[in-house]
Amino acid sequence: MYRALLHLYPKSFRGEYESEMCAVFARHKRDRSGIGLVALWVETFFDVLFNAARVHFDILGQDLRYFGRTLRQSPGYALTVVAIAGLGIGATTAAFSITNHVLLRPLPFPDADRLVTVYEKETHYSRMELSPPNYSDWKARSKSFEAFGAYTDLSANLAGEGEPVRLKGAVLTSEVLPLIGVRPVIGRWFAADEDRRGAAGTVILSYSLWQAKFGGSDSVLGKKLLLDDEPCTVIGVMPAGFAFPARNDEVWLPLRFFGMYAEGFEDPDRTNTFLVGVGKLRRGVSLQQANSELQLIAAQIERQFPKELKNISAAAFDLHDEVSPRSKALLMALGGASLCVLLIACTNLANLLLARALARRKELAVRSAMGAGRERLVRQLLTESLLLAMAGGALGMLIAVTATPLFAALVPTYLPVVALPSADWRVLTFGALVTVLTGLAFGVLPALKATGGADLREGSRSGVGGKKERLRGALVVAEIAASVVLLVTSGLLIRAMWRIRGTDPGFRADHVLTLHTPVTGPRYQNTLPRVAFYKRVLADVRALPGVESAAYITTLPMGTWRGGIWTVTVNGQQPADPSSQKASMRFVTPDFYKTLGIPLHLGRDVAESDVITSPLVAVVSDSFAARYWPGENPLGKQFSSGMQTLSVIGVVGDVRVRGLEQYSEPQMYLAYQQVKDNWYPPYVPQDLAIRTANGDPLQLAPAVRKIIASAEPQLPVTNVRSLSELVAAETATRKAQLVVLGGFAVIAFLLAAIGIHGLLSFTVSNRTQEIGVRMALGATRGNILQLIVGDAFLLAAIGISLGASAAYGSGLELQSLLAGLSPNDVDAFTAGILLSLVMTLAGSFLPAMRAVRVDPATALRAE
Amino acid sequence: MKPDSFLPLPAATFHILMAVADEDRHGYAIIQDVSASTNGELKLSAGTLYRSIQRMLEQGLLVETKDRPAPEEDDERRRYYRITALGRTVAKAEAQRLTQLVRLARKSGFAAGRA
Repeated sequence: MYRALLHLYPKSFRGEYESEMCAVFARHKRDRSGIGLVALWVETFFDVLFNAARVHFDILGQDLRYFGRTLRQSPGYALTVVAIAGLGIGATTAAFSITNHVLLRPLPFPDADRLVTVYEKETHYSRMELSPPNYSDWKARSKSFEAFGAYTDLSANLAGEGEPVRLKGAVLTSEVLPLIGVRPVIGRWFAADEDRRGAAGTVILSYSLWQAKFGGSDSVLGKKLLLDDEPCTVIGVMPAGFAFPARNDEVWLPLRFFGMYAEGFEDPDRTNTFLVGVGKLRRGVSLQQANSELQLIAAQIERQFPKELKNISAAAFDLHDEVSPRSKALLMALGGASLCVLLIACTNLANLLLARALARRKELAVRSAMGAGRERLVRQLLTESLLLAMAGGALGMLIAVTATPLFAALVPTYLPVVALPSADWRVLTFGALVTVLTGLAFGVLPALKATGGADLREGSRSGVGGKKERLRGALVVAEIAASVVLLVTSGLLIRAMWRIRGTDPGFRADHVLTLHTPVTGPRYQNTLPRVAFYKRVLADVRALPGVESAAYITTLPMGTWRGGIWTVTVNGQQPADPSSQKASMRFVTPDFYKTLGIPLHLGRDVAESDVITSPLVAVVSDSFAARYWPGENPLGKQFSSGMQTLSVIGVVGDVRVRGLEQYSEPQMYLAYQQVKDNWYPPYVPQDLAIRTANGDPLQLAPAVRKIIASAEPQLPVTNVRSLSELVAAETATRKAQLVVLGGFAVIAFLLAAIGIHGLLSFTVSNRTQEIGVRMALGATRGNILQLIVGDAFLLAAIGISLGASAAYGSGLELQSLLAGLSPNDVDAFTAGILLSLVMTLAGSFLPAMRAVRVDPATALRAE
Repeated sequence: MKPDSFLPLPAATFHILMAVADEDRHGYAIIQDVSASTNGELKLSAGTLYRSIQRMLEQGLLVETKDRPAPEEDDERRRYYRITALGRTVAKAEAQRLTQLVRLARKSGFAAGRA
């Protein structure tokens, strides 16, 4: 037992004194008995603990002195090691800090683990929003929740406080904020009766809005604001960094179901879904239990309303699970790439240390001759590599902190977290762990190799052939393989991005200016005043020089709102599966297709003559026509949607409403003058698109703003951008990811080239004599070149084949990001492999030149 | 290394040097000797003893001796330690330092006796 305790000492110490210490302990034991024996054990335990620590500490001091000497002798070496380690650790830590932020760290709310979102679930959609009556029933009947509320997104015009602005935010039931658990910095939450009909309007502001618009003054409480022309009293300000339900939310209003629609909350429409349920689980209730309870309730209600709620069930999710699988895949790719960089950095360092350890063989041999055991020498080398790694780790942390903003684009905006991750204990722990592992990873092999069989034979020929070189070769192979993985994966993702960018959106994005002018609020509740507004604005805009055409639409494709999906029923057709009969609904002014360059295949555009008193008309997309009237002429056919019957007057090309990578439902376009009064506000045309003849469409923006301001001074104009920007935003996340990934690939590429260079330089200098002999015996420069470069290419061939298979594996993992590109895409692989060959060539160039310049006479004289 | 650079000596080191001043001793004998000469007030633990010995060997204050006592008193496992010339010098220097210190203490009345 005592002997076991002695294992706390370093092995070298134990080897010397173990048996003696045991003997002493045995003598002591003989002298004691009973309680004295127990006391002896306790004493001995602390004695060993204390002294072993001291012995370790002494050795550390010794190693530090050696290390200091090493540093003074070759600072360049130490700097290189620290820089490479810093790059590897920095890349990995930065990638981790972002992954931690998005996936691992609990959301910044008290009891975040009990917060869930609740959705309707249908055969094809796992997350559909809730209808108000379903929300109310689920809330009343479920027992799993401590509190249950609902919210929906909101954007509202703030007028009368300087420039009119469009604010993003949410309308919440009074349960939501207390359930989230974050208190306002000043003021209060919504009171329970403030989300009832007829209550006075109230609003809670975000910290940033409070600072920007109201100078952070407490006097804002009680102030009356005009939001969408409705007076609301400011009752509170949320703390800085509070983000719910999404980042950048600026205002929160109480949710009043009746206020949203003229029909009021009593509207029993169970298919009108627009709420997100949010609940806090009772302590001890699992997410699964809550889910089964909700599903039971949903099944009961489905029996009550078999038609409206066919196949509608319920699903609750951890609030954190809002991260989409694509975001997850992006982050995983990033993490994998950073690990590749770390691996390359480590192998590079191992090689560097190995070379160095071999150069230090004599020093080590001397120390070994003076009685230092192998374990002692290994320990010294490891201490050195750990110290270098720690310096690298400090540098890496610095790099990580500086680089993290680059990654911010990868944080989904719909997560209730701030854009930029702050370092927390997880990141620090991770960085420290990576540092230690790095130190061990690049230190262990060289330490073991360098100390194994160190000998003192002066002039012994150094490291020709032999195991050490094979090991170094293997390390270089690992580097090449890892860099091939990165290069090919980056190549695949670049190709995928090109492919997505090459996707036909269904419209021509060039030379189109777009603006968002939310024509909402009580004054624009009815259609006639709105029509007057559109007519005035469009006429003035069309009169501007350089404008080819202009039109209004509910919401532009690939814009901020991509939903607006309605069920379609066609006269005389019995829907076999109602969920397959969905289409997106938009209201447009004439000229919309012309402005966006959407081809009109059949019939006519909506016209100024399509007014509310004339028959309701619709233009549908190709896929819409093909879905309901395959092989027939769709013109004049009738269908119902949104509680009205429409007849088809035209067929246009399909448009990727939901984005370049997503499936989009077929489209129907209704006439802007046929919007019923008090129709759901989001459907009101509010996006303006203007096609210009040439030049940058954005140059038109000031003139257009002036026109809108003269038509409606209090109307905010937002999202002023070209249509091409809108389309480019589709691939912005990918671009951000590619920048990071590409950066990693470049680092990997450089490190691997340096690795090859280092290995070959070492080989060449060790083989100078051999080369000299060969040349003296008649070998040509070509032979020598072949010898050196041939070695490099052998390593490259092995590394590339390993790396290519690994890249194929990673391609399979990333398939969800490849946009249908095959993970064994020839172009990406060819490019990656060619680049690796170039890298090998570049890395072997200088050493090869040195080799052919060897002067046989000098080399032989040295022998 | 200069003898002065070792001063002040850790108590354990000084006691060990005194214990091996006139004969080579093995570890346990050192513990016993130190204990006897301090009337049991200082009982070196095995850990402290061997850590000190290791360091003193490195510093050259002690050497391990190959001379063994008569076989009937010997134990295979034991290792004997002998003071070196440097060890002796250092111990003397420490003793002198302490004497000096005591002299000063007397002068200021902290210790009994004449200055």
